[in-house]
Amino acid sequence: MTNLDVEWAKDWMRRASANLTEHRMELIDLDRAIGDGDHGENMSRGFSFVLERVNDNPPDDVAGVFKLVAQTLMAKVGGAAGPLYGTAFMRAAKVAEGDLDAAWVGTMCEAALDGIVTRGKATTNEKTMVDAWTPAIAAANAAAEAGKTAAEALRAAADAAAAGAEATIPMKATKGRASYLGERSIGHKDPGATSTSYLLATAADAAEAVG
Amino acid sequence: MSIAFVIVSHSAKLAEGVVELAQQMARDVEFRAAGGTGDGGIGTSFDLILGAVEELTEAGHEVALLTDLGSADMTVEAVLEVVDGDVVHFCPGPLVEGAVSAAVTAQVGGDMAAVSEAAKARELFAP
Repeated sequence: MTNLDVEWAKDWMRRASANLTEHRMELIDLDRAIGDGDHGENMSRGFSFVLERVNDNPPDDVAGVFKLVAQTLMAKVGGAAGPLYGTAFMRAAKVAEGDLDAAWVGTMCEAALDGIVTRGKATTNEKTMVDAWTPAIAAANAAAEAGKTAAEALRAAADAAAAGAEATIPMKATKGRASYLGERSIGHKDPGATSTSYLLATAADAAEAVG
Repeated sequence: MSIAFVIVSHSAKLAEGVVELAQQMARDVEFRAAGGTGDGGIGTSFDLILGAVEELTEAGHEVALLTDLGSADMTVEAVLEVVDGDVVHFCPGPLVEGAVSAAVTAQVGGDMAAVSEAAKARELFAP
């Protein structure tokens, strides 16, 4: 079984940057429907900067990559995504030590969620990225307990996050800009939960590429 | 130690406008506008806010941070994690009314607790 390492983390950022650029318009449209419309631009721009910095000054461990991601997103992403994902990666960096195996995937997701909740003060069923991270943790932990690999645990987390994002559609937003819309937020998928599912999917893609 | 203000808004113009308004009633108080993303966009910038805070703390001020909307609060809270919490404070409230009220309080020598309370501009929203 292959543990996750710095090459995985760097490849994750390459894939995340490409994926979020690919989904830029989709995230903009989702955010226009219930927010200020900047999420697609912010994520694609933020992760392009991340990739640039990772390439210019390659960190030598996973924690180093995550810290660079955190600092870059905080500095370069103007919307809520900057401080939220920035804090998520900062917390994930703090737990990125020892064996980064299947069990660690749940630990990483938990640390990320903890950062997001500290910053955004949201809980589940409020139509936010919390609704994607929460099931991702449970799925990653279940995969690890079932003896799966780190790559499989990441895939399970990503799939659960995608289902969690879909599940935000009927929810009424009570946090963030979308909450200003009240009932009219119902029927739209939350852009933050959606970008979370893409991020975790690219983490799984990078792990599967290693084999 | 005098109290200075960093006005944080998603819009650079709004931050500058709030400084303009508050300064009119608080002539001796220092203000910094930290609005927008720093490259012309709408949003808030960790670096811009941190730069403004550090400029004021290095000049010996206590700093009160006022914000406009939710994600500005988050960026400010992230900044608070890397600065001296004894001299830098986040004062939540309605930005325009709160900034004027808090600035006047600072002008007449109010301490941080009084400034923070003034920033809530409660009297304007009393039933």
